[in-house]
Formats: sequence, structure tokens, C-alpha cells
Amino acid sequence: MKLNAKPNRADTAFHGAAIAAAALVLLILALVVFTMATRMGPVLDRMGLDFFGSRRWSPADRLFGALPFLWGTLYTAVIALVLAVPVSIGVALFVTQVASPRLRKPLVYVLDLLAVVPSVVFGLWGVLVLAQPIQSIYIKVHNAVDGIPVLQSIFGASLQGRSFMTAGIILAIMITPIITSLAREVIDTTPTPEKEGAYGLGATRWEMIRAVVWPHSKAGIVGAVMLGLGRAMGETIAVALVIGSSIGQITTNAFASGNSMPSVIANEWGEADDLHKSAMIGLALMLFVITIAVNLIATAVVQRSKR
Amino acid sequence: MKLQAARIAQVITLGTLGALSLVGCSKKDQPATPAATGSAQATAPATGGNATLNASGSTFQKAFQEVAIESFTKANSTIKINYGGGGSGKGRQDFADMVTDFGCTDGAYKDEEKAKVKGGEFVYVPILLGAITVSYNIDGVDKLQLSADTIAKIFQRDIKKWNDAAIAADNPGVTLPDLDIVVAHRSDGSGTTQQFTLFLTNAATSSWKLKSASTIEWPADTQAGNGNGGVAQIVKSTKGAIGYVDLPDAKASGLKYASVKNASGKFIEPSSASAQAAGDGIEVQADLTFVAVNAKGDATYPITMPSWCIVYTKPADKAKGAALKRYFNFMVTDAQKMAPEIDYAPLPKTLQDKAIAAVAKIEG
Repeated sequence: MKLNAKPNRADTAFHGAAIAAAALVLLILALVVFTMATRMGPVLDRMGLDFFGSRRWSPADRLFGALPFLWGTLYTAVIALVLAVPVSIGVALFVTQVASPRLRKPLVYVLDLLAVVPSVVFGLWGVLVLAQPIQSIYIKVHNAVDGIPVLQSIFGASLQGRSFMTAGIILAIMITPIITSLAREVIDTTPTPEKEGAYGLGATRWEMIRAVVWPHSKAGIVGAVMLGLGRAMGETIAVALVIGSSIGQITTNAFASGNSMPSVIANEWGEADDLHKSAMIGLALMLFVITIAVNLIATAVVQRSKR
Repeated sequence: MKLQAARIAQVITLGTLGALSLVGCSKKDQPATPAATGSAQATAPATGGNATLNASGSTFQKAFQEVAIESFTKANSTIKINYGGGGSGKGRQDFADMVTDFGCTDGAYKDEEKAKVKGGEFVYVPILLGAITVSYNIDGVDKLQLSADTIAKIFQRDIKKWNDAAIAADNPGVTLPDLDIVVAHRSDGSGTTQQFTLFLTNAATSSWKLKSASTIEWPADTQAGNGNGGVAQIVKSTKGAIGYVDLPDAKASGLKYASVKNASGKFIEPSSASAQAAGDGIEVQADLTFVAVNAKGDATYPITMPSWCIVYTKPADKAKGAALKRYFNFMVTDAQKMAPEIDYAPLPKTLQDKAIAAVAKIEG
């Protein structure tokens, strides 16, 4: 039997279908951006560039400034990363380097399970269980650092349990399994001969991790962290429930309540009029651009580390 | 391995996009209660067979719509009605886009929105009135009286303590504690917020600076709860708290609420009857829209909100038209009796007559 050199009909069809599917994804993405950009028109007409720079968000005065929500989104995401990254890397190293294979399997299973818990569950737990009692801890921390520069501006006065910090904690719990699972995969790709070599030279486990695993996995872990960041910035319902929904808050006080871009959209969309909606579409577009940028960079970093 | 990591990255990217695009409809979009079926005394509507009516809108009306639909479909088993809630804004938008057969809303269309209503001529049919309470949580104070100016100053954080002179002046003979006031308001855009602030705009003209809208630029040292239930929960669990909550939710949460000074200078407790009294003191426009806050009359509770359903007068589908007419008639007549049982106020007689006349314009 002779192999046909020319592509047959099935091949051509497959080729076409695959290209169409790929093009469709790009087309949808382009249409989403196009629709949002056009529907953002009214708020840009009204506010101009102040939309990106103003602190005021007052539907009654027809004033819409995105800055406080941008701040809330970034600040909660940073808090989440500060809390989640050390834990995630620790767990990933434990699972890959320390745990016995018998322990490893159930541990990985539980971590993956944590990743699929719907965010509203974390949000409700945050608002019903965490928010009230945690305020007393906030107050204690504030009293302890009062008078110390920098720290006192981060751990400021607490008026209620729902705050940037509470949102950051919930986000940290949500992104830990993602960062852990990606970091674990990256660390797993460390070539065994190199590890054995390090041990052979008399390295302890910690020295081996520092000398072999870490340089090998650094870039991949950075990528994993950025994917976690993307998830944290886009999270909506859980944040909306625990961030406190204060309007116009730009403060370094992590114990103050604020609002984030996705949270304000979820809260205010239903009763908004046209201009108000246009402003929220503007927020959505900003968030879209930021998360896409973060995810693209993350994917690139992860890919490069795999080579 | 390589593939898997890249795929997870993609899934997360798509997940983020998906979450964004879903945000608009993720809120309170519960499926409508299935209509009760299988009644023995079913009678088919005069002009014809089966019809399914879909509606969305006011969450304020949802509890009323549920009991009204259940009772109506028991007697008219060939008609099925789905009420989706989702908020007044959604109700107006869906109706304007002809996604639904009728909509329910606590506010009228703005002029620029009215131009976008696609299905031709429509009528506002007043359905209900309801009281918005000013609920509070102070141990040992079971009766509290507040004037509009005092409420405005409290919610603007001009007054921060319960023993402030302005509150004391409204409450002669009552000992108020030296307690910090915690203000609770809605985190979600809301018709209740709109009506509550409209009351303050109209009744506390000199004190209230934050205007009226579905979302208010509240001071930062206030607390926000999601829905009437969320605000009620904050008030219930926080000593010194005060918040605006509609009457059914305030009662369900066991909150104490203030008597509010009305336009005649009397302090009136919120109730089904005092909200209905507000309906007698209002000026109704030709299209049956009206403002219900701060209405005239001695027995009127001043923070009263109205609610309408909107329907096209010439529905394209004849069977649907007949069903719509039947259901709207039911809502403004027999169903009115059910309103007080669930702490809404039925329409006063004058307004009810106008509502019945509006329903007569539906061609079915």
C-alpha cells in the first residue's frame, strides 16, 4: 500500500475546522473588546480622562471615577499574594521533596479539590464566619503597631470586619491551590540526576533545594504566582461579599473597607441607568486589559521556564 | 506536563473572562417559582387556550408576585406565569427589549430610556405601596421618633452619637445612651436606596447633601449590606446600628423601627395601613406615575415606596394579551387583599380605580 502524498479530504476538512475554531476564539475576544469599547463611549464623553483619575463615584451627581476601584482590586490582590505565595511554595516543596509517596497522593487530591470550591462558598464563609470575629484581631494588631511608621498606615483603625484585608485573606485561600499546583508541576520537572548529583556531593535536602530545585523552577513559579494574581483580580462574588463596598476609598489602611472593580459591577449593575452602566463597562474593560496582560505575561514566563 | 500547565493558564484566562461577562446576570437571578398546576376548578380564559407569561423586575414585589401568581394560576390552570425578579432596572430593560411580556418596577423610565421601549404604547399599572423602615438596635429603647432632618444628619454622619441633642429633641422623655451610631446601607444598587434618599431629598431639603440615586456616595465610615436582608443583618448584629430596611424584612428579622415625622408633623409608625394612607395623599400623573414619599395626610407614613407593573397595550400575541389582561385585573382587584398579609400596602380606592382603568386599555 502506498501512502498518499497529497492530503486527502478528511485532512483538508480537519485543517479548515481547526483554523475556524481558532479564529472563532479570537473573533469573540475581538468582539468583546469592541463592544465594551463602544459602550464605554458615554462615560468618556461625560468624564473624559477623569474617568481614570477621579476618586469620586457618585451616580447622583453623574460623576464616575475608576481610581478607587482600581486601587481596591490591586491592593486586595497584593495582600492575597503576600499571604498565599509563601504558603503555596512551601506546600509545593513539601509535596514534591519531603512528603512520602503515600502521603503525597491524598495531599495533591485535597489541594486540587480546594481549587474547585465555588468562590461564593468562600465568600459566604468569609462574611458569615470570618468577618465578625476577625475584627478583634484587626483592632489588636492596630493597637500593637500604633505609632510605628509605615506599619501604622498599613494596619490602621478598624471600623468593621469587612475590609481589604478580609478580602485579601479570602482571595489568598482561593489562589493557594492554583499557585501550589502549578508550582508543584514546575518543581517536578527538576531532573532527578541533578538532584541525585547534589546529594552525592554531600548537600543536605535544603541545600539541594536551594542549589538545584530553586534555580530550575524560579521562572515557572513566578509564572504560577502571576496566574494566581490574575485570578485574584478577577474574583467577583467572594470579594463583593467581604470587602465592605465603601465608595471612593483609596487608603493604605488594609483594615478599612473599600471596593474592587468586579465587586462594584456585581453590586450596582442591576439598577444602573445608561451612563452608570457605561461607567461599569469602562471598569470591566480596564479589568479585562489588566488581567489579559497579567495572564499573557504569566503564560510566557511559564512556557519559557519549561524549555 | 508542558501542555497541562499551558492549558491551566488558558482555563484561568477564560474563566476570568467568563466571570466578567456573567456579572451582569449573576445577581439574584433565581428561576421563577413554578406556577401551581392541576386545579380542579380550572376554567379556560374566554378568548382562548394556553399562554405562558414571562416577567422580570422589582425584587420588592417578588413576594407579592409569588402569592398572586400561585393564587391566580390555581383558578386559571391554562395560564403559566414566570416572575424572574432581578431588580427594577432589569425589569424595565427586559420589557423595553421585549424579552418579557410584562415588567415590574419601583421607578418609571427616564425620558431617554422611554424612547428605547420597542413594543409600542404601554401603561404603568400601580400594584402596591410599601413602607421602608428606619430600623435600629439600641438596648432599652423600644420607641424612637425621628424627623427627616435628623435621619439625614445621621446617615450623613453629621450626628455620630445616639444621645445627640437633635435626636433627643425628637424624643422628649426618652433616655438615649451615650452610644456610637453605626450607619448601615445597601451595597447593591437598589430602588429602596433610591426611594429612601428621595424622601430625604424632599423632606430634609436643607440637611441632605447626597442627593437621590440607586447608589449613593456614602461616607466611608458606614457599613454596607447586600439586599434588605444584608442591611437587616448588620442592624441586628451591631449595637447602635441604624439602617433602612423594607417592612417585611425588618419584621422577619425582628428589628425595632422608628416612627418617622410626616409632612403634617406627626410621628407615624411604618405599617401596611400607614403606607396605604400615603397613597391618598399623592399627586398622580396622567400616566399613573407618582412620587409616594413625604405624601400629605395626618396618618401617612412618609417613607413609602410605590411599585408598578408595565405592560404593552397592544400585545402582538392575542392569547397572551387575553392572559395578561386577566392577570393584571387580578393583581389590582382580588390580589390586593393578600398584600397586608405579607406587610405590603394595597392601593387606596382612588388609585385602584385608576389602575383598573389602565388595565382596561390592554387589548386582549
